[in-house]
Formats: sequence, C-alpha cells, structure tokens
Amino acid sequence: MSIQLKNISYTYMAKTPYEHLALDDVSLTIPEGKITAIAGHTGSGKSTLIQHFNGLLKPDSGTVLVDDVDIGTKSTAAKQARRKVGVAFQYPEYQLFEETIALDIAFGPKNMGCTPEEIQDRVKYAMEFVNLDYDKYAERSPFQLSGGQKRRAAIAGILALKPKYLVLDEPTAGLDPSGRQYLMERFMRLHREEGTTIVLISHNMDNIASYADNVVILSKGKVLLQDTPEEVFRNEEAIKAAGLDLPEIKVILNELVSAGLDIDNRSYTMNKAVAEILEGLRRQGRC
Amino acid sequence: MLTDITLGQYFPGNSPLHQMDARVKIVLLFFYIISIFLFDENLNYAIMTASAVLLICLSRLPVIMVLKSIKPLWWIILFSFFMHIFSTPGEALVKVWIFEITREGILRGFIISLRLVLLIMISSLLMFTTSPLKLTDALESLMSPLKGVGFPAHELAMMMTIAMRFIPTLLEETDKIIKAQQSRGSDIGDGNVIQRTKGMLPVLVPLFISAFRRADELSVAMEARCYRGGAGRSRMKQQRVHKIDYIATVVFIIFIGVLAVVQVMVK
Ligand SMILES: Nc1ncnc2c1ncn2[C@@H]1O[C@H](COP(=O)(O)OP(=O)(O)OP(=O)(O)O)[C@@H](O)[C@H]1O
Ligand SMILES: [Mg+2]
Repeated sequence: MSIQLKNISYTYMAKTPYEHLALDDVSLTIPEGKITAIAGHTGSGKSTLIQHFNGLLKPDSGTVLVDDVDIGTKSTAAKQARRKVGVAFQYPEYQLFEETIALDIAFGPKNMGCTPEEIQDRVKYAMEFVNLDYDKYAERSPFQLSGGQKRRAAIAGILALKPKYLVLDEPTAGLDPSGRQYLMERFMRLHREEGTTIVLISHNMDNIASYADNVVILSKGKVLLQDTPEEVFRNEEAIKAAGLDLPEIKVILNELVSAGLDIDNRSYTMNKAVAEILEGLRRQGRC
Repeated sequence: MLTDITLGQYFPGNSPLHQMDARVKIVLLFFYIISIFLFDENLNYAIMTASAVLLICLSRLPVIMVLKSIKPLWWIILFSFFMHIFSTPGEALVKVWIFEITREGILRGFIISLRLVLLIMISSLLMFTTSPLKLTDALESLMSPLKGVGFPAHELAMMMTIAMRFIPTLLEETDKIIKAQQSRGSDIGDGNVIQRTKGMLPVLVPLFISAFRRADELSVAMEARCYRGGAGRSRMKQQRVHKIDYIATVVFIIFIGVLAVVQVMVK
C-alpha cells in the first residue's frame, strides 16, 4: 500500500506564452507507514507535485495510484482513495472562513459525513494537537488570531480529517522556533502512535535528516534523487547542484574527515555522528 | 484551471506593432473602426480584410490566437448572419415555411459578419500587442485634455491599472482557496442551487477578506510612497512617438485615402 506516481507531467498555462513545465515525467512512491521528505529549490515543483496526491491537479500525462486505486477516474473508489490523502497547503491560513475556529475545523469532518459527537471529538483532538486551547479559542473568530495561530488552526482543519496519508507543505515556515519544534515533535508522535504516513515538504535539511525515512530531491520538475537519507546525502555534488545544502551534521563530519580524522562520514543524525566522532578519536588514541 | 485565463491577453513580442506608441495605436484603431462602418463597398471590404491579414502577419502573433479572440462573440456573429439571411428582401433562393433565404440576404449577412470579425480582430490586435500598463497610461494621456473640465482622467487610469494588476492575483487566490477547501472534502459546484450557493461561501469569505486586506495594504504602501493623485506626478516610462509611429500614421492615412477614393469611384 502506498501512493504511487507514474510518469507524471504537468504544465501550467499550457498553450500560452507563459507556458511552464512544472513537472517533467515524475515517478515516485510514497511508502505507507513511513516519513517521506520532499526537498528542492524554490520553484522546483514541490507544491505542484503534492497537489497530484489527492487529485487537486490532474496530470497532463501519467497516473496517480493511492493504495492501488487510480484516483484520476470518476468512480466512488477513486473518490474514497482521494479522501485518504490530507493535504495541508503552504501558507494554509487563507482557507479559514467560518465564524468560529471550532466551526472551521469541523468543516472537513462535516463534509465527510461524521456524526455531531464524532465531529466534536475530532475538533477537540485537532485543537489539542496544534496546541490551541479548546476552552479559550473554540468560540473565537479565526480572524482574530495571530499569524502563527491561524496557521495552527488551519493545520488543525486538515488533521481533523484524520487522513491515512498526511501531506504537509512547509508546515512550520514562519512559525517561531519553539512552535516549530512542538509541531514537528507532534507530527512524529502521530506517526509513531497511529502509524500515519507523513509526507513533509521542507527546506530545512537538518529537519529532514533527523525525521525522514525516505528523501526525494526535486530539481526543475524532475526527480533527482529518491532514496534513504543516508544514500541521498552521499550525493553531495548532486544536492549542491540542485541548490540545496547538506545537513549541518554532514558538513561537520566532512570537515573532520578532511582535517584527517579517520571516521565514516555517512551518518546524518546527531546521535550517530557523536558516536562516530568519539569512536574515531578513540581509534586515534586521542580520547 | 482558473488561472489559465490571461487578462488583457497581452502577448509579449517585438514586432513593429509591439513597438508602436500605445496612444498612436488607440487613435489609429479608432479611425479604423469608423472606416469599417463608413465604407461599405465590396471592394473596400476586400481591401480592409487584406489590411487586417497584413497586420496580423506584421504582429507575428500565432494566427490561431488571433482567430480565437472571435470565440467569445461567435454567437452574436452567427445570430446577426442568420438575421440578415432571413430578413433581407430580394431574389429568393430557398423558401422554408414563411422564411425566405435571399441572395441579397446571404451577401448582406456575410458582409455584416465580416465587419464584426474585422472589428474584433483589429481591436484584439491592440490588446495582444500592448501591455495593460501601457494601455492605461495611453488612455490617461488621451483623456488628459478633459482634466480641464474636472474629468478625473488620472484617477480612472489608476483604478484601471490597479484592477488589471489584481485580477490575475485574485484569480490565483480563488484557485488556491478552492483547492484548499476541496482538500477538506467540500464539493464546490455540486448539488442543487442552495447547496451550490452554500458551497461558494467557504471560497467567497476568504477571498473577500484577502481582497480587503490587499486593498488596505496597497493604500498604505501608496501613501507611504507619498502618492497624492495625478497632479505634478512624473512617469518612469515616458511615452514617446518614434519614427515607426509616423510611418504607421502616414501609411494609415494613405489607406483611408484609398478607401475613400474607391468608395467615391464605385458610386
Ligand atoms: N498557478 C500557477 N500558474 C503558473 N505557474 C505556476 C503556478 N504555480 C506554480 N507555477 C510555477 O511552477 C513552478 C513550480 O511551482 P511550485 O509552487 O510547485 O514550486 P515549489 O517547489 O513549491 O516552490 P517553493 O519552495 O517556493 O514553495 C514554478 O516555477 C512556478 O513559477
Ligand atoms: Mg511550494
């Protein structure tokens, strides 16, 4: 079970002078139960790509399979498959419209046909998830919130759908560091506890290095790399050519290696790197 | 997709038509349109059609695009064609019940449709080869003599510029909002009238809010740059009349002259 994209191409404003090929023959797999990170330079087509996951954009060519169902068709099965995928857009604040935050978050579950009790439960769950106090904020207008709070309310609106595949387009951009940390940890907990598949678009390679099981690097509408973080971060030249940075840890390890320390520079998480450095120092008898 | 609509349909390019001063283009277009209705000899229609074809070639636009500009008014053209076919008295060709198709009718219908097609194509050539900004600037400067009698030429032009600037932005935003609500499971455009109107609300509310916010931000930004209306305001891009504009004007006068001569001679 997975989301599979097969040879997807998509052109914006086709047949006009402003024509732009945003996705060029993209094939990739989002395995179920894993955290997949998508990275790429600005304009590389990340946001365009994820809009194909739940059929918001129809590819010019190619097919999208969600749990082996082609979502491009008009059947009920396709509709159900599309609903398995919840997409939180980049800057989702603009989707707020209801009188109160609770009503706004309830919009999704209501559309899904949940019972009033179920809706109530989901609203509470989603607000707790994004750290918005239910008693304090439920009856407030979403337009009285600060930018960061609006962002959280909007993400809660997607979480209330309880999707099997949760797609997050730069969910933490523009949040304060502690809010960022909190949300990321919370998404990881969701992944651990409920087994939700998470697709995370991020510019932050350190985040990607510490959370992702799989990394997809996009460059100019093409998939450049698609593998485990370890394998992907090995292709340093390709990553730099795509306009991205290496994770900090990777940079430090590389520096140490070029300074003559005999260690394996493939690790990309903090813990592994620390162990590796200690090991290397010990081997050289310096520690 | 919604954002596929290109407003003003400006097609960037570097043809002689693109290089001409927008004011000159507007004035010439004005007289061209008058001449379409003034000169009604068949030979003149042939000359005008030829000139239109020539202009399209000169503009180096994709021919398909220019032809497509007729599409929105296609029905009006067809309607007036059939109106004339059936309503012109003359030598009957076919008779269906009380309707008569006459030779004169077909000719007349054809001519009227041709007029409309010429009118639309030539006007859209202006839109295709002039950026919206230049167009409003040109309108402002053409209307500026009226400022003396209190006509708000500058304000009108500024309003048009702002509207044109923001229509694509708003379309893009609408598209984004529709997608965001669709991914929360709303079926916009499904069901009966009441359901559909209700379905519009999740789109309209955020759209209005963002439009008001943008208007607010824009006015603050304009004031912060000391905008106080048109009086004493200079331009970054001065409009200048070049050699090509003189050439175009001379050619156009000759063209009108030929039309007039033909008109008088045939009579
Ligand atoms: N609605 C649109 N109309 C026309 N072109 C578009 C539209 N949306 C995106 N594009 C173009 O498609 C390309 C890919 O855009 P996309 O939004 O997918 O980039 P992205 O990888 O998400 O970038 P970012 O990191 O800045 O969010 C860009 O070059 C962009 O200019
Ligand atoms: Mg994006």
